[in-house]
Amino acid sequence: MNVRLYLWQRATAAVMAPLVMVHIAVIFYATRHGMSAADILSRTHGSFAWAAFYGLFVLAVSIHAAIGVRNILTEWTPLPERRVDACVVFFGLVLAVLGFRAVAAVVLW
Amino acid sequence: MVTGRAIKHRDSALWLAAMVHRISGLALALFLPLHFLTLGLAIEGEARLESFLRWSDQPLVKAAEIGLVFLFTVHLLGGLRILVIENFDWRDGQKQLATLAAALSAIVAFAFLVRVF
Amino acid sequence: MTTELSVSLWRGAQHGRYETYRVPQRQSQTVLDVVTFVQRHIDPTLSYRFACRVGVCGSCAMTVNGKPRWTCRTHVAKVAGDGKLEIGPLENLPVIKDLATDMQPFFEKWRQAKGAFAPTQTRNDPIAQIKPDTPSRKAAAAAIECINCGVCYAACDTVRWNTEYLGPAALTRAWTLLNDERDGGNIARLQAIAGAGGCHACHSHQSCQELCPQALNPTAAIAALKRRTAAAYLKGEIKV
Repeated sequence: MNVRLYLWQRATAAVMAPLVMVHIAVIFYATRHGMSAADILSRTHGSFAWAAFYGLFVLAVSIHAAIGVRNILTEWTPLPERRVDACVVFFGLVLAVLGFRAVAAVVLW
Repeated sequence: MVTGRAIKHRDSALWLAAMVHRISGLALALFLPLHFLTLGLAIEGEARLESFLRWSDQPLVKAAEIGLVFLFTVHLLGGLRILVIENFDWRDGQKQLATLAAALSAIVAFAFLVRVF
Repeated sequence: MTTELSVSLWRGAQHGRYETYRVPQRQSQTVLDVVTFVQRHIDPTLSYRFACRVGVCGSCAMTVNGKPRWTCRTHVAKVAGDGKLEIGPLENLPVIKDLATDMQPFFEKWRQAKGAFAPTQTRNDPIAQIKPDTPSRKAAAAAIECINCGVCYAACDTVRWNTEYLGPAALTRAWTLLNDERDGGNIARLQAIAGAGGCHACHSHQSCQELCPQALNPTAAIAALKRRTAAAYLKGEIKV
């Protein structure tokens, strides 16, 4: 961890704090109303607001989780630094790709 | 190290809070790809997503979801505590704040449990 | 009829084992008294370190029943309720022999954190007038009483897991110097603590703060360093 990674990690954390709270509220709302797939998709379909909200969430979490996992790998495994960096960049990309695909799935399909 | 034994001060509430924060983060990070793949089922059509949602209605999956809600909330609240330590003047009572974060997360997870069972 | 303590002491170096000795329990006995008794009356080959034995030098720090402490300031009655003591050398440092560790890595990290005063004046200049109640002087004063005993370093899991991590003592000293208006080395210092083993590696476990025998708060000092280095980085004063 250095000052640059630290700033990215804390900044994405701060950005996500309100997003997480909204997401928890969404989870509670959806379960309270026993929403079906049709109910959910009818709300997300074509919605710029949901696309922006979850798109931002995906971007932030991809960075945040990658740096967090980097800390764990450097401190708890004997892997060399270059290998760790390669792994976490890959992991971050996987999250971003799958995440944006998921956002597209509920907004466009 | 020399003794290889667990150091006793790991019974401190704050050490535990840091460990919970790390483990919850790791668990959430590993869960996320699955979550994204599930949502991506919508690409195959609404019926496909619906059949997954029905599958997830079973008690074991709901229990796992309650666990996830706890991990999500405790990671958020623990993270907020760290952001406060790092960005504002020092305040005492960190052990109490950490305990409060865990308690609130348990309450939120319990509320979720009540809703789904 | 004195009761006896069952005392396990680390014998060896990085490799070794705990050996058990029976030591008579006495009133107001400290852990240092116990170790000294073993060396003087049972096994003269035991190696350990102490100096003042009154809690002002920090030399006698060891791991006592799992926690790093000053043995001269640890009453046996407080930690060995069941009559058992396990005493080992401080963690996170190479062991020279038995209960004595090599403090060199600890001081090397002190240097790496630029924990030395960088003067801006000479003996020919007038003495600097430092007001004691400015925020920076108060911040320095709150963190300055470190006597390099190594307890925080031994307690820190981040030191244990991250060999590059400079550690709570070195970073706290850097913090005091950052707040010293006479010091001229702050850019180099901020640069030194903003890299891989610097202040950002701290996870705020707070073991250092809980165990510091001088009641210092390295966690708070390090949090402040995180703010300072972040500001310096964003202003372009330091690079990573």
